[in-house]
Amino acid sequence: MNIVITGNRNEIYFLIKSFLEKGHELTYISKDQEMCRKISRTYENCNVLYGDPTNPNILEEGEVFLADLLVASGEYDPDNLIVCQIAKKLYSIEKTLTIVNDPKNIEVFKKLGVDIVVSTANTIFSIIEKKISIEEISNIINIEEQKASIVEILIKEKNSIVGLSVVDLNLPKGSLIGCILRKEKAIIPRGDSKIETFDKLVVIMLDDVKNEVLSLLRDRRNG
Amino acid sequence: MLSKEKDCIVVIGCGRLGSTIAELLSEERKNIIVIDKNKDNFINLPNNFSGFTIEGDATEIDTLLKVEISKTKILLVITDDDNTNLMIAQMGKKIYKIPQVIARVYDAKRESIYKNLGIDIISPTRLFTEKFKKITV
Repeated sequence: MNIVITGNRNEIYFLIKSFLEKGHELTYISKDQEMCRKISRTYENCNVLYGDPTNPNILEEGEVFLADLLVASGEYDPDNLIVCQIAKKLYSIEKTLTIVNDPKNIEVFKKLGVDIVVSTANTIFSIIEKKISIEEISNIINIEEQKASIVEILIKEKNSIVGLSVVDLNLPKGSLIGCILRKEKAIIPRGDSKIETFDKLVVIMLDDVKNEVLSLLRDRRNG
Repeated sequence: MLSKEKDCIVVIGCGRLGSTIAELLSEERKNIIVIDKNKDNFINLPNNFSGFTIEGDATEIDTLLKVEISKTKILLVITDDDNTNLMIAQMGKKIYKIPQVIARVYDAKRESIYKNLGIDIISPTRLFTEKFKKITV
């Protein structure tokens, strides 16, 4: 694949290495002279162009029109947006990817035409969340950048919800027990299904009720 | 509090141009809000400035949300960075549907790329060039 990378975030240096190892054809464009030097010295196979990637002339010189993917990873979100938009509008690049600083810009950038938007802060946060969440909760799947998630919750012996039926749990709006894994079986619960010890509840919930749901369903040994 | 109709003018960037326009609007008793990410820039505003000031980075949605977007009639984006202006202007137009969005863009090339978005782009470079042509011809 022919990939153009712009920006001067530190990850870029390692990103280029991984892309090259996979055999992709790379062009790096940045207005950071030091970074350009470093990359052209280290990676012989990478084309390096020193200039402002938000300038259409520079993009043209970097032969962006030949690229299959453009990755914008500058330190300022507005610059990244403009690079992607120019690449799309002027050179009809099929896929543009941006690494944003402000996680709230994920939504904004998608609405403004960037294809793939990644936030380092969000990614790190979700990895940490997965690692540190209490052992009863596992297999967290985030849907659409954490708008909703699916989790598995193991119901331990002393959990106060054992014996209750699903309807009596009074789960908040925006959450649903989609499936109960009981021994080898998977059960799609109804309102009158009772929760048993060692059930695994597969819960789908919106982000804004997440904490409420988790505290309702989690083991409260001390409570 | 204030009237319910769309009558608010939001100016982003309080440099020479931003503060001058803010002063003008303030004299006309317009309902005006000025946003700048550096609060020191608010000293450019006159002492009797009657509008509101908000310190914050307008490329962050949280800052824009401090303003009542639904009451905003005109968004004027005039920070010193073209890309920042284009980003905020697009947020105002496409996401918040503000009726009139005006952005300053120095670079003429960028101006032509973004001209079909329903944003009024004012390019000081082009204005100067045109004036220059008139004077010299």
